[in-house]
Amino acid sequence: METVFARTESLKDCPTHYCPGCGHGIVHRLIAEVIDELDIAGRTIGIAPVGCAVLAYNYFDIDMVEVAHGRAPAVATGMKRLHPENIIFSYQGDGDLASIGAAEILHAVHRAERFTVIFINNAVYGMTQGQMAPTTLLNQVTATTPRGRNHDTDGYPMQVSEILAVLPGSIFIERCSVYNPAQVVKTRKAIKHAFELQIADAKGLSLVEVLSPCPTYWRMSPKQAMQWIETEMVRVFPLGRLKGE
Amino acid sequence: MTKKILICGNEALAEAAIRAGLDAYFGYPITPQNEIPAYMARRMPQEGRVFVQSESELAAINMVFGAAATGDRAMTTSSSPGISLMQEGISYLAGAQLPAVIANIMRGGPGLGNIGPSQSDYFQATRGGGHGDYRTIVLAPASVQELSDLTHLAFDLADLYRTPVLILSDGFSGQMMEPVDLDKRPPPRKLPPKDWALGGTNGRKQRIVRSLWLAEGRLEELNLELQAKYRQIEANEVLCEQHEIDDAEIVLVAYGITARIVRSAVRQARREGIRAGWIRPITLWPFPTDQISAAADEPRIFLTVEMSHGQMVDDVKLAVAGKAPVLFHGCAGGAVPSVEDVLEQIEKLTLPVA
Repeated sequence: METVFARTESLKDCPTHYCPGCGHGIVHRLIAEVIDELDIAGRTIGIAPVGCAVLAYNYFDIDMVEVAHGRAPAVATGMKRLHPENIIFSYQGDGDLASIGAAEILHAVHRAERFTVIFINNAVYGMTQGQMAPTTLLNQVTATTPRGRNHDTDGYPMQVSEILAVLPGSIFIERCSVYNPAQVVKTRKAIKHAFELQIADAKGLSLVEVLSPCPTYWRMSPKQAMQWIETEMVRVFPLGRLKGE
Repeated sequence: MTKKILICGNEALAEAAIRAGLDAYFGYPITPQNEIPAYMARRMPQEGRVFVQSESELAAINMVFGAAATGDRAMTTSSSPGISLMQEGISYLAGAQLPAVIANIMRGGPGLGNIGPSQSDYFQATRGGGHGDYRTIVLAPASVQELSDLTHLAFDLADLYRTPVLILSDGFSGQMMEPVDLDKRPPPRKLPPKDWALGGTNGRKQRIVRSLWLAEGRLEELNLELQAKYRQIEANEVLCEQHEIDDAEIVLVAYGITARIVRSAVRQARREGIRAGWIRPITLWPFPTDQISAAADEPRIFLTVEMSHGQMVDDVKLAVAGKAPVLFHGCAGGAVPSVEDVLEQIEKLTLPVA
């Protein structure tokens, strides 16, 4: 009997701790599928962030390192410079990458480091129970913007992909989402392309920004959360390839 | 005949690290240690190894973390304010049990301070410095030769114990030039294989480098593991030098460049008929508690001299445990005590009042 579909090998067969309707489960699966398809599990090292995905090493069945909040691009630099033959990727949320880690990601791109970044943008801090993120939308209510984000006092949502696309050291920047099956397929394609570039030793950094739902701290149902991405988030964070073929 | 070259302390440290098999150097400019990144930028590519000027000290220590996680010998250097920025990273290295070497070329503080030498980071270095119950091995060279010797030792100890090691130098030692034999090195240690290092599973079971342990009791277990390691280090790795203690009525305790000044003052005091001696801790952690405690069994007084307002003196008091008076002389903010200063203190404490 021929096997036509099997479990994703690079993903462990276990339940995750993520909330119902969270986007992490989807993106973990897509990354693992790409790693399997490209047959790189044996030489990939993943970097887990501080955030809801801190325990990502319990789900991905590859060598992984857990690092300080925001420092993943610096850790990745250390590893990739010494081991260019390894495929190195960081998996970071909006606090990790765009807030405390802003300098690290900026300079990794600036130096044209050759690893891959999967950036999960869910416009809020999940792990710490719902505070404003750099990517929180204007008027969005969070634990630290109880009256809604006001640009006078709280600044504007940060468009990471646009900022990094300007720098010569980035070679592939795409923003996608997981709010419906068609978008999930596009996200998988973008992730695969980013990893293929690293396998080909492309001289620069690839980043895939994924607009992802956080039903818990958006105070919505999972279905409403997906809709909110489609109608509200994409207005501030337009989908598409910002850089690279 | 051994070949010696005249070189400054900072460059001796850098070259010794390269000879010790340094795979990667990551650093950010800060005075008074800029000779080190400049030297590394030139020499590391010559050896086919990695050099990166990081965007900050925060980034540098995390680049070291990455290199250490893949089993490579990595080092960063900085000076006091930059070392403050690295405390988070050092705590993470200790928690994840990763080997690394960090050198602090101390300058005056607190805050931005100045670029003069100091020993005001002793507490930061020996009391962990960052958060959590951990210790780093701290080595205190007192000459350019020792800057070379102890750098070799630092890498071996880091790998042997899977722990960060701090080399505590200062702005004076970093700049001074002395003849050094760079081929001399301490006997190499037998090191365990790095069977925890990441490199891609390649068919084997997954390895994880981490410091977060949420499961019930698991972090308590890790802490007990770390403590057991630290007891081993305390039992095996203390280094200390002492001179003319046996008949001494006054024993001076000092480390690093201050020990050189104390040595001269003691020599002069002996010429004046004062029975003075000195103890020089070379490992600041583990501290030579036993040696100092033994010295306190005879009737004498202790004078600790530091380029600070009294940090190591606390450890001397703990070691002496009330058996003898422990006094302090020091200065901070980039000031260096002179031999005359120290001699005056010795005379005041020992010569009968006229």
